[in-house]
Amino acid sequence: MTAHPHAFLVLFLAVALAFPLLLLGVAWLWVKFFQPAKPGPVKNATYECGLEATGDAWIQFKAHYYLYAILFLIFDVEILFLLPFAVTMTSLPAGAIFAMCLFIFLLAEGLVWAWHRGHLEWK
Amino acid sequence: MSDAPPHPIAAPSGSSQPGYTPFPAAGNISDADRENLRRHGVLMTSFEELYNWGRSNSIWPLQFGLACCAIEMIAAATARFDIARFGAEIFRPSPRQADLMIVSGTVTKKMAPLVVRLWNQMPEPKYCIAMGACAISGGPFKQGYNVLKGIDRFMPVDIYIPGCPPRPEALLNGLVQLQQKIKGEKLTGPHAANFTRADKPSEYPIPEYGAHDLEPTKNDTVWAPPGQKS
Repeated sequence: MTAHPHAFLVLFLAVALAFPLLLLGVAWLWVKFFQPAKPGPVKNATYECGLEATGDAWIQFKAHYYLYAILFLIFDVEILFLLPFAVTMTSLPAGAIFAMCLFIFLLAEGLVWAWHRGHLEWK
Repeated sequence: MSDAPPHPIAAPSGSSQPGYTPFPAAGNISDADRENLRRHGVLMTSFEELYNWGRSNSIWPLQFGLACCAIEMIAAATARFDIARFGAEIFRPSPRQADLMIVSGTVTKKMAPLVVRLWNQMPEPKYCIAMGACAISGGPFKQGYNVLKGIDRFMPVDIYIPGCPPRPEALLNGLVQLQQKIKGEKLTGPHAANFTRADKPSEYPIPEYGAHDLEPTKNDTVWAPPGQKS
């Protein structure tokens, strides 16, 4: 009887689980027997290069940035498809070229819409 | 006097703290017997010795420079002096991961609370090296209105490195001295190191900016003016 060809993955999983658990266990035992934990208000405070942290960590982020993310995506997705398309363009049937043109048109339409709405202006 | 080491290297005279012994006796075996065993290929050690050996050779300093001494500290990290030979090359950008604070340079009164806060935020066991005349006593700027006259007024300092600034070799020597100090630390017993004791503080009071000086001007639990030490 031979082991399953993927049986070593189980071994990997076991070691991957045991190793951190062992280290965490040793650390836990260490704290229990030798080194008492000494938390404190300053020790637990936010690290801010020695300065006292001021304000709130929850800051407001300008929601309009999502438009730039979407606009970036237009070009990003476009280049992803355009590159293989350009390589194989001469050997493609007419239907595939038509589908690609439709795809580019859809993306370009979104760009034109954003341009028309003035989202390309940096405010 | 059973816990007094026979050949202490760094035991301060008149101190009850035992210094570093290369081979502290484990159990009833004398150091001479141990050394004899070692020559025959039998290495006997203790958990404490192994632990101290490990951590003394991986001291991670806090990446933190104050003045011109910091330039020498940076030089000590470069290839020519190579602090990595002693396992202390990993300068951590966060106190959470650092073992050693090298106070490298003039501590101004404006900077002192920040230094103490960083010290408080370091997890134990932690060590402090006062590098250069300024960190020790204020140095050539001691008379300045804005200069703290030694960081040991607010924090416990383990190693003092004199010099203005000390050369990188001096810093390396200070590091080796600190390694020997760590190797001599006890985990249990009456001389156990502070980090093993729940009653010893890990945080020290942070001074505040007053009208003319820091308030308080010193931490009485760690520092007393010369001549007033008990």
